[in-house]
Order: sequence, then C-alpha cells, then structure tokens
Amino acid sequence: MGNEKNHIIPYQTFLYVLAGLIVLTFTSVTLTQISLGALTVAMALLIAAIKSFFVLRIFMHLKFEKRMFSIGVTAVTLLISVVIIITLIDYLYR
Amino acid sequence: MNTYADIHRDDLASKTGMWLFLFTEMLLFGGLFVVYSVYRFRNPLAFHLAAGELSVFIGTLNTIILLTSSATIAMSVTAMQKKNKKLTLLFLSITVLLGIAFLINKYFEWGGHIREHIYPGSSVLALRGQGDILFYGLYYFMTGLHALHIVIGLVFIGFITVFVARDKVDPENYVLLENSGLYWHLVDLIWIFLFPLFYLIT
Repeated sequence: MGNEKNHIIPYQTFLYVLAGLIVLTFTSVTLTQISLGALTVAMALLIAAIKSFFVLRIFMHLKFEKRMFSIGVTAVTLLISVVIIITLIDYLYR
Repeated sequence: MNTYADIHRDDLASKTGMWLFLFTEMLLFGGLFVVYSVYRFRNPLAFHLAAGELSVFIGTLNTIILLTSSATIAMSVTAMQKKNKKLTLLFLSITVLLGIAFLINKYFEWGGHIREHIYPGSSVLALRGQGDILFYGLYYFMTGLHALHIVIGLVFIGFITVFVARDKVDPENYVLLENSGLYWHLVDLIWIFLFPLFYLIT
C-alpha cells in the first residue's frame, strides 16, 4: 500500500517544544529592546531560525519523515538566503 | 470504509504534493523578504523609526497565539493516531479559535493604524516620505498576505474538522489532517520571521 504507519509523537513533546518556542520569543523581545546595534538584527534572525528549526523538525514531523522533505526545505532556504545575499552585495557595491 | 479491494491511495504522494506546494509558498514570501531587505538597506532610518511605532505587545501576543495553535494542531494528529476522535476534534477546535483570536488582534492593530491615517495611499503617510511609504506598504502587504493565509488555513481546518466528525478522516486515513497541519505550521513559520522583522528590529 505504501501507507506505512507513522511515528507517534507524544503530547508532552509538543508541550515542551511550545514552551521552548515561547521562551525563545520572550528572549528575542527582551534582547531587541536592549540596543546591541548591528548585532540586534543578527540575534533576532538567529532566534527566528532556531524557532523555525523546531517547528519544522517536530511540529511538521520532518524528523520522522523521509529525508527528501528535509532536503527540499534546506534547498529552498538556501536559495532564498543566496538570493538575499547576492542582492544585498549588489546594492552594497553598486 | 473501503468497500473496494483495489481502492488506490498513496499517502506519501499526497504529503509530497503538500510539501511541494509549501515550497512555492516559502519562495513567495522569500521574494517579499528580498524586497524587505533591499528597502530596509536603502532606508535604514525610516524603517527604524516606523518599526518603532508598531505595538510589540500585540505582536508578541499574536506570536504566542500562533505558536500555541501550531502545537494544538500537531497534538490533534497525535490524538488521531491514538484513535481518540473527541480529543482530535477538541484540538482542532482550539486551533480554529486561536486562529480567529489572531485575526481579531490583527483587526484592532490595523484599525489603530488606519485611524491614524496610516495606510497605503493616505495623504498623511505621503507627507512622511519615501521610507515610511515603503515600510508601511510592505507591512500591510506582508502581514495582509499572511492574514489571508490564516483565513485560508482556518477554512481548510474547518473542513477537516467536519470530515473528522463525519469519520471521513479516521485513524486509518488521516493524511488530509496531516496536510492541513502542515499548512498551518507554514503560516506559523512565516510569522516567526515577520514578527522580528517588523516589530522587533527597530
């Protein structure tokens, strides 16, 4: 059938991840209120990246799915990052 | 119930289709993030000041609402796998309610800006200069497109809730529930980036 049984993630795991995500949100809010200059942007984006990692791996079950889905997400993320970096380099040295 | 012996079903294919669609969604918002980066790079001061006008409180509240709703829909899949229909329906209903709460906050937030005559095309905004026009243009477009996704997600989850109630989605065949969850998580994922970019980095 090709419809194999899926891995069951316990409720507690989702609650722990949710708690972690909320803590990270408050960390991000607190850190950006303190002015860290250029570091602020990097810090906020780093925290956002960590949060998305957990949403993708646990909430979206990527950890337990076939690897092709994770590879696809990585590829799309890289593509967007590369386009942003190249565009900014273009504006920086124009 | 499957009354046909040879009924065709391929869960991996439907999940793959959903993921391919999500990739296009990521690229859609990715394109907007490119625009955001360039505009911010060219108008650092205006973006800095305009972002400071947004309510961090409402933004944080909405972030927590969305994260929680993401957790509840993820738990509805677990409840389904454990063959607990009541709990599945409960988690789905909580998800829908949280999604509606997000939209209500958004309504008050946008309403507040519009009352101050800050919206695309307003003469008050036009006086404030190019950077502010670009910031608020992107703010309305990106959070608006995101809110549209919330509405679509709510309709999607609404249908799935009815299907679960009528046993059209059951512990033997719940890929539709998983796909609606994936869509909802993507909406959450996009908000994870919209929130710091518009509310926090000031």
